Amino acid sequence: MTATDSLSETPADMDYARLRRDMLRFAVLQLRDQAAAEDAVQEALAGALAKGATFGGRSRYKTWVFSILRHKIADTLRERARHPTQQLTPDERDDHPLEYALESQFTERGHWRREARPRDWGDPEEVLASEQFWQLFEACLDHLPEQTARVFMMREFVGLETAEICRELELKRNNCWVILHRARGRLRLCLEENWLRDGEASAC
Amino acid sequence: MLSCKETTQRLSESHDRPLGWRERLAVRVHTLMCRGCRNYDRQLDILDHACHQLRGDALPDEDDDPTDTSGER
Repeated sequence: MTATDSLSETPADMDYARLRRDMLRFAVLQLRDQAAAEDAVQEALAGALAKGATFGGRSRYKTWVFSILRHKIADTLRERARHPTQQLTPDERDDHPLEYALESQFTERGHWRREARPRDWGDPEEVLASEQFWQLFEACLDHLPEQTARVFMMREFVGLETAEICRELELKRNNCWVILHRARGRLRLCLEENWLRDGEASAC
Repeated sequence: MLSCKETTQRLSESHDRPLGWRERLAVRVHTLMCRGCRNYDRQLDILDHACHQLRGDALPDEDDDPTDTSGER
């Protein structure tokens, strides 16, 4: 990690093109509108540059800039809820394969099949300190279907309440909970299949 | 008695809404007896922590030691 040697300087090796691309992808997913997403990203980047701060490295800077972006997105969504004007394109149901994958973990009676039974991931602190976990976590997030990812990120990253998410996406509350359940189910399944296969965790 | 499928659904919902006391009791009874669902519950907590860490809402202090890379949130 590069240390900075003056105030209001960002890490010298910050790849802005990549950062902007990541931010835009995240914003488009939440706002479902290219123009609004570009505005949010522009404002967030401008805000970050204006504020400035001393940073120890790229990852903290990126986390901080994303934090600003998330607040912008949340503001935009709440504003949208107050003054609904746009007709946004409705999403197709994209989670049928996902639903099937999750259902097949259980027997007819609804119990875990032996091979699908969740295993012990060990000490949470060790898990969250593992570089491999974080790489997999991001990869698994990327693999979520679009609508599922959208709802999950609104809940867990933008921090919206389910009522706000449902209003924004015009979903019934029960439907939101089902989508969130599938998102979490898919994430943990993806992590368990790909990470624990190396024999790190104990089989239960 | 809840099935594992029903239990996992409620475990997830407990992150999004408060469960009624009957639901909470039923979930607790099930997870006491079912190791799979107990592990599922812990996994959801780990996911929760991971998301919180990625959110990183707290701004770094202005006078943080720039060479300190331990304990990053």
